[in-house]
Amino acid sequence: MSSLLSLVIFLPLIGAVALLFISNRDGERDGLIRQVALAASVVTFGATLALWRGFDPMGPEFQFVERRPWIPIYGIDYYIGIDGISLLLIVLTGFLTPLALLSSWGSIKKKIKEFSIFMLLLEAAMLGVFAALDLFLFYIFWDAMLIPMYFLIGIWGYDRRIYAAIKFILYTMAGSVLMLIAILGLAFVHSSATGNYTFDLLKLYELKLAPTTQMWFFLAFTLAFAIKVPLFPFHTWLPDAHVEAPTAGSVILAGVLLKMGTYGLVRFSFPLFPEAAMVFAPWLAGLAVIGIIYGALVAMVQPDMKKLVAYSSVSHLGFVVLGICAVNVQGVSGAVYQMLNHGVSTGALFMICGMLSDRRHTRLISEFGGLKSVVPKLTAAFMLITLSSIALPGLNGFVGEFLILLGAYRWDWRFATLAASGVILSAVYMLWMFQRVNYGVVTNPKNEHLPDMSTREWWMLGPTLVMAVVMGVVPNLFLRPMEPAVERMVQRVQAGQTRTVRAEPGAAGTQAFGPADPEARAPRP
Amino acid sequence: MTTVLRLIPLFPFVGFLVNVFLGRRLSKRVSGGIACLAMLASFLVGAISTWTLVQRPSDARVVDDTVFLWIASGDFQIPLTFRLDPLAALMVLVVTGVGFLIHLYSVSYMHEETDGEYARYFSYLNLFASFMLVLVLGANFLVMFVGWEGVGLCSYLLIGFWFKKRSAADAGKKAFVVNRIGDFAFIVGMLLAFREFGTLDFREIAFEAARLSPEVTFGLISLMTLLFFIGATGKSAQIPLYVWLPDAMEGPTPVSALIHAATMVTAGVYMIGRNAALFSLAPITMDVVAVIGTATALMAGTIGLVQNDIKRVLAYSTVSQLGYMFLAMGVGAFAGGIFHLYTHAFFKALLFLGSGAVIHALHGEQDIRNMGGLRRDLPITYWTFVIGALAIAGVPGLSGFFSKDEILYRTFAGGHTLLWTVGAITSLLTATYMFRLVFLTFHGERPESAGSTAHHGGSDHGHGGGHGPAHLHDAPPTMAVPLVLLAIGSVVAGYVGVPHALGGANRIEGFLEPSFHPVAVHAPAEAGVGGGHGETAAHGEESPDADAHGGASVELTLMGVSSLIALTGIGLASVFFLRRRELAQATAARLPAVYRTLLNKYYVDEVYDATVVHPIQRTSERVLWKTVDAGMIDGIVNGAGAFVRGSAALLRLSQTGSVRVYAASIFIGVLLVVGYYLVR
Repeated sequence: MSSLLSLVIFLPLIGAVALLFISNRDGERDGLIRQVALAASVVTFGATLALWRGFDPMGPEFQFVERRPWIPIYGIDYYIGIDGISLLLIVLTGFLTPLALLSSWGSIKKKIKEFSIFMLLLEAAMLGVFAALDLFLFYIFWDAMLIPMYFLIGIWGYDRRIYAAIKFILYTMAGSVLMLIAILGLAFVHSSATGNYTFDLLKLYELKLAPTTQMWFFLAFTLAFAIKVPLFPFHTWLPDAHVEAPTAGSVILAGVLLKMGTYGLVRFSFPLFPEAAMVFAPWLAGLAVIGIIYGALVAMVQPDMKKLVAYSSVSHLGFVVLGICAVNVQGVSGAVYQMLNHGVSTGALFMICGMLSDRRHTRLISEFGGLKSVVPKLTAAFMLITLSSIALPGLNGFVGEFLILLGAYRWDWRFATLAASGVILSAVYMLWMFQRVNYGVVTNPKNEHLPDMSTREWWMLGPTLVMAVVMGVVPNLFLRPMEPAVERMVQRVQAGQTRTVRAEPGAAGTQAFGPADPEARAPRP
Repeated sequence: MTTVLRLIPLFPFVGFLVNVFLGRRLSKRVSGGIACLAMLASFLVGAISTWTLVQRPSDARVVDDTVFLWIASGDFQIPLTFRLDPLAALMVLVVTGVGFLIHLYSVSYMHEETDGEYARYFSYLNLFASFMLVLVLGANFLVMFVGWEGVGLCSYLLIGFWFKKRSAADAGKKAFVVNRIGDFAFIVGMLLAFREFGTLDFREIAFEAARLSPEVTFGLISLMTLLFFIGATGKSAQIPLYVWLPDAMEGPTPVSALIHAATMVTAGVYMIGRNAALFSLAPITMDVVAVIGTATALMAGTIGLVQNDIKRVLAYSTVSQLGYMFLAMGVGAFAGGIFHLYTHAFFKALLFLGSGAVIHALHGEQDIRNMGGLRRDLPITYWTFVIGALAIAGVPGLSGFFSKDEILYRTFAGGHTLLWTVGAITSLLTATYMFRLVFLTFHGERPESAGSTAHHGGSDHGHGGGHGPAHLHDAPPTMAVPLVLLAIGSVVAGYVGVPHALGGANRIEGFLEPSFHPVAVHAPAEAGVGGGHGETAAHGEESPDADAHGGASVELTLMGVSSLIALTGIGLASVFFLRRRELAQATAARLPAVYRTLLNKYYVDEVYDATVVHPIQRTSERVLWKTVDAGMIDGIVNGAGAFVRGSAALLRLSQTGSVRVYAASIFIGVLLVVGYYLVR
């Protein structure tokens, strides 16, 4: 096929290079730089939509495949391609980056050129992560993401930005080093089995690993992803990173970066090591459920708006992990859907936090109050996003959460029931924050004359509002393209598990020859 | 016909969109008018649809309108389908009919708001109606849940309409959160239902249920129905989740009439009626429903007896009447419960709107101790209010009499003597507290000091503090017309359900019955296997007609008893609160503990706060956040960092840069190595 996918990945890079040639000695061309960066990201978004248009859900598993030898001696290729899952995540990345850039216009005042370049580099790396089908290439993109993010937090962040940036990068690096070792290990195993190295994901899917080997590989990969998600108890970097990051950084961090972890579980950990996945799934699900409840409870008592949203992310991403662990169509579809939802609604929440903090230079909830009578439009947008975040039916959050719960319930009702209590807690913390910020009378004189939404702010928040409604009302628009990919993933994992069950004489029986459909792992009543 | 159903919720939704996007620029006349017209259009479509439905033979009264496939994932396929059957038709007429009158009433009631706020009010009200119609027309659990949560949202927004008032914002949040507790159970119930039946469509579930026999012990169906019932206790304000409804009176009074009396709070009752076939399979759940309903009715009735806020008395009365409806559902008298739901919508909406007229006339005064003698200045309000009170008290000839009597009779006939006794006592309480309200508000004299204590939150109703009684004005036409129409409804609405014992035909029961046993009347293909079986399963314990005729004398006796109870209650009220008020005070003084417990609503809010709310909050803050998160987990993380730095610092000590130290260490090393080989 054409090289549209490569174009999507490299368009932001082209934009970044173009920015290098704009001299900006005293910031006299800040406006131009902002516009060029925005234009680059908008064009990229357009290109991702073109991908969607050209994508055939019923077609081959991976489409827009491109493959060029890179380091042939080790079997490393520039090998990219997308299925329905990565397609939607790529579109999400394309969608959020322009909004994040717009959100920075009000708050980023220094080194605008460098900021814009880092944002575009970050976008290119994120797109690459979702498109890579070669594990080595994947790792390159994965680590390439960290660098711009590190600088975004460390240079343009709030007061404790250095601590947060270092914590962010050390935490994530610790996980990704293990993953690198595991990736190399996989290539070695493949070489000892077949005589040649490969990092080709599809070939590695076919690799038959001994159960214990799988365990180690699974743990190495999953730790890296669990930190990224972040799964309880690896989550403490997140509140710090979010609170200190500039709005644009938070939007991208919450909107896209966290999904790298859950995407990794779907694409690598589970299908590559299905037997280990079967062993560890209940443990992961357990941590996910703890995260759902724990994140919500801790979010409830946060005095800082951004921290509250950060902890709510721990809760929401717990749902995603739970859905993946269920390994059935509804669970995984719900998980992917929830990744998109979370990108839209939490991205929007961070933009709102940013808008409030641009106006008041504080993020403390107690500093606000009564804003509904001062900035009614902002409050209305805030309300809609709050409702999306607490999964009101008709808005996006509900579809994802319900599918996840449904899938999880079919797998193990106990996890699903515990997770469902999240619907109570999310209402508590979100509505309580909403009330403290917007209701009541204005008690703080500094809040009396805040300006309402500007045109720029409508442009950055408006699309998320529209998407929250569209994704809630016509979810099939998104579920349909992802479903074949989800089914393949589920089949791959279950086939791997059935294989082992067959190998064990004791467990062989009804299950071994049973259907590989979602209900095959149906729970006890 | 098939694509018409969607119009019913669509009209108010369009009204919502217009008012929410253009409301600021519209005059009050236009924004209120659009909202009312939307409701009227919806009512007309509903009425026409119902009329065409009735033309069909009684076993074919089901119409579906599938708009599109909403969520599809694997075998989980949920279409957005609306379905009209007798039960839904009755609900649509109540929601749009009573809803329209309340919209009309609001046009005057809310006129003191600014243009923007006025439009905001009507946009919420229309949105509510739209979601309520989705709730009643939804053909499967998930579509119903859209309405279910949607009305909860509108309730939240409207309770907190005067958001500047702390108590209003708090009450809105409390309503939403308490409802979410019920919704949690509702969601788990749906998950269980889908796993068991592979569908969430009500009819298909009923078909499946028809193949099953009632559970003798506590099984999956019992669990499922119990979960749904917990959901209902949230929405319909039953023990233990009723606590939000009295607080919800912070909202504007027409909202209380529409949402917290006539429509939304009855959703739980409707949901059980919708799934009558399923609930019939779970006798244990049915018993729980009946007992909870009766207990709630009694408890709320006792509290209602001593409250002093006119709207809170009505709120507890609503909780109490909802308890009756659940009692009916629990004893299998589904038609009776829905009948009471329908009559209650008239007289309770009337009473709330009447109280609104009083509050309006008194510029925000809600405390009945500051009222009195209003019948002279507010004749329309007075007479309509009295009709509402007579109807709810169960005085023969008015609507409440027929529906309440049906419930009590069915309870008694089902052998639930204890429940009947409690129900009868509650009936006495109802008559007493309602007429306490009537006498304290409209009779006697208004206290001298009362004029200046007006308060009405964020509204402007409190502006004219010093008005004397002479300036009181009765309801203006747009408020009076709904009052009069609802009063007429409160009288005549019951005549669709005149029992056989009085020579009537109980037409409403015959009309609704197919909705409760959809299998028996539909799908002849399945009749061979499941149909006949379903009939026995569902009809097994009631067999209404035979009993009704055989027990006519019992029924007549019971009717006499309840009429007597109603009149006794009114008589008691007239003694205590009309003729010898000092007696009431003396009684309260003699039983201070009882009085205080009732006045403080059995301290349930305080108990919930102390046992649930505060512990969770404190644990989250002190243990989870500050100890586990910041202390332990981050302690380990930062500890790892500190460990690396510390060990690096230690290692650095050896890097002194002094040649002599390095030489000495080489020397010692050589000695050790050589020594090792020598000694070995």
